[in-house]
Amino acid sequence: MIRDNSEVILSVKNLTANVDGTQIIKGLNLEIKSGEIHAIMGPNGSGKSTFSKILAGHPAYEVTGGEISFMGQNLLKLDPEDRSRSGIFLAFQYPLEIPGVSNRDFLRVSCNAKRKHESLEELDPMDFDDLVYEKLELLKMDSEFLDRGVNEGFSGGEKKRNEILQMALLEPKLGVLDEIDSGLDIDALRVVSSGVNALSNENNAMLLVTHYQRLLDYITPDYIHVMAEGRILQTGTKELALELEAKGYDWILEGATV
Amino acid sequence: MSIEVKLQGHELTDAEVNPTIAASKAKVKVDRTAYLTDLVKLRNPEIPDWMQQTRDHASAIVQELAIPSSRDEDWRFTDLSALLATQFKSVTEPSALGFEQIQSYMLPECVNSRLVFVDGIYAADLSAVDDLPEETIVGSLAQVQEFLPQVSDYFAKQPGGEEVFTALNTASIVDGAIVWIPKDQIVKTPIHLLFVATGTAKFLVQPRILIVAGSGSEVTLVEDYVILNDRNYFINSVAEIQVDCNAKVNHVRIQRDSDSAFHIGKTAVSQARDSQYCGIAVNFGGAIARHNWEIYTNGEQTHSQLLGLSWITGDRTSDTHSLIAFSKPHCTAKQINKCIADDRSHGIFNGRICVPKLAQQTDAAQLSRSLLLSPKARIDTKPQLEIVADNVKCAHGATVSQLEDDAVFYLQSRGIDSESARKLLTYAFATEVINEITIDSLKSKLQTIVRSASKG
Repeated sequence: MIRDNSEVILSVKNLTANVDGTQIIKGLNLEIKSGEIHAIMGPNGSGKSTFSKILAGHPAYEVTGGEISFMGQNLLKLDPEDRSRSGIFLAFQYPLEIPGVSNRDFLRVSCNAKRKHESLEELDPMDFDDLVYEKLELLKMDSEFLDRGVNEGFSGGEKKRNEILQMALLEPKLGVLDEIDSGLDIDALRVVSSGVNALSNENNAMLLVTHYQRLLDYITPDYIHVMAEGRILQTGTKELALELEAKGYDWILEGATV
Repeated sequence: MSIEVKLQGHELTDAEVNPTIAASKAKVKVDRTAYLTDLVKLRNPEIPDWMQQTRDHASAIVQELAIPSSRDEDWRFTDLSALLATQFKSVTEPSALGFEQIQSYMLPECVNSRLVFVDGIYAADLSAVDDLPEETIVGSLAQVQEFLPQVSDYFAKQPGGEEVFTALNTASIVDGAIVWIPKDQIVKTPIHLLFVATGTAKFLVQPRILIVAGSGSEVTLVEDYVILNDRNYFINSVAEIQVDCNAKVNHVRIQRDSDSAFHIGKTAVSQARDSQYCGIAVNFGGAIARHNWEIYTNGEQTHSQLLGLSWITGDRTSDTHSLIAFSKPHCTAKQINKCIADDRSHGIFNGRICVPKLAQQTDAAQLSRSLLLSPKARIDTKPQLEIVADNVKCAHGATVSQLEDDAVFYLQSRGIDSESARKLLTYAFATEVINEITIDSLKSKLQTIVRSASKG
């Protein structure tokens, strides 16, 4: 929901970034306020996923210019773990499998790292179980998930649900969801979307990165940004998604080069 | 790092089946021969009569051999010159240990199913076997023959006895551990064979184990090497395991030695028809720690499982040479060998699988995975599949890698700092093997060791 007096959660100004010496992000500007849901759409190779990884602090991307301010602090100075603890959450396009570490232990360690950062008491395994069972229901996940290795042998849909489960536990200020809809059948998409909708409130914000307009049938964004060539070329409301679905990206790309 | 794959498609000669002997015979050098002869001289001359003939036979073999050098194919990656530079001495009298000194190594599951050997000498006062069924015989090998005359049919009868260190052990035999499980006996209580090295400097200790699992029986064994002091010594151990028809043996071998220790250990397993052998070996290395792990299947439809984990730090070396030799059709084997090498350590794995013409329908899978935690650590891994039969499934794979940056980043993005993330991933790599151990106290003990060993 858009409110003029909401606090600014994320402010990106003239961001440029390289991967292996090649410039991928070429002057990106974006402002996200609390309570808002933003969607970034764009063709393959436009830099969407790169941008989401930069927000989370992936070491492979080198920021060469511009600034990112998150909750008033310079995000670029923070290590990935500190970004997470301060309230940035990246749902991975391809969540990693970590055999040998149980999902339960992983979630608890992660949850406690955040609590410690907020000077809250760390949860013991019993208290943590109470919390996680509550969140499992939201994602319609069986508790059997907790005893498996992290994402080990999970289907695509299970991995994505596990990402949203982590977001539910970490309660971030900004959820960055990188292609959370790709590879999902319609039932899984409904579950994942309703999880995101349930977690979205006036004190946080969501940034969806997606190829497909379909996701936006389930999660209604306040703003849609079209990204190409490492920049945001056009910003509009949800109607823009329908136009993109009907006409493709070319008309925006052509408009931009003029 | 080197990975070699050798595939052969012809009948094997004796020299190929046993390259160590062929090679070491060919290249006998005086000093390596003399050194070996000196090691034999350290043996205790007084032994039970029934062992005499076996010992004499082995002594004759040893006379023809020498300590192998890196020119021997089986010792290409492991240099024994540090061993040759040390003069060892014999254990003249047993060290008296109290329970409190070995308390931390005892397993609650095996309170009354434990044999303890101190510097290779049987410690009756520290051993207890009251929890085991009466029909089983678990105790000192030397004293067993008068009421178990059949023992002579099994002792030193496994293939590969002519290998130099195996022959050295047999030529020096005085005593050992015997575990005899009669036909159809299911032993639920695991049996703990605890070998304590007191760490008295420069001792040569040669433990010996004989396990016979009668047909239809089942037993779980823990072969456990521990130390009380961080000194240099030489353990040359041999475990022979006979798995009769339809029997099942679960075998866990844990090797924990000092930084300067030499440990050359042999596990020789023979499997009869329909039997199962499930082995787990956890190695923490030493100045040189070598495990020769040999499985000979002599009947149809056997299953063999070999899970290995080496976790090495500092300047340690851990070397596993395994052999799975099939001889009959319809047998299966699964092998996973993992190595985590930190600092300047050196991990070696050579996994040989022989499938002769008769062993049709063999289904074998071997996987070697190594994790390098430091730029100065080194891994040599070499699958060695020798397949003559034409209707078999033999899969193998070898990977050597560092911790994945993306995996570390994934954990960091969940608020876990990079050091903890690295620790967690290293621990996770190791637990795939450790989690297979069915004895809870041992499993959690090893998890603790591995958790604290990962420096991140």
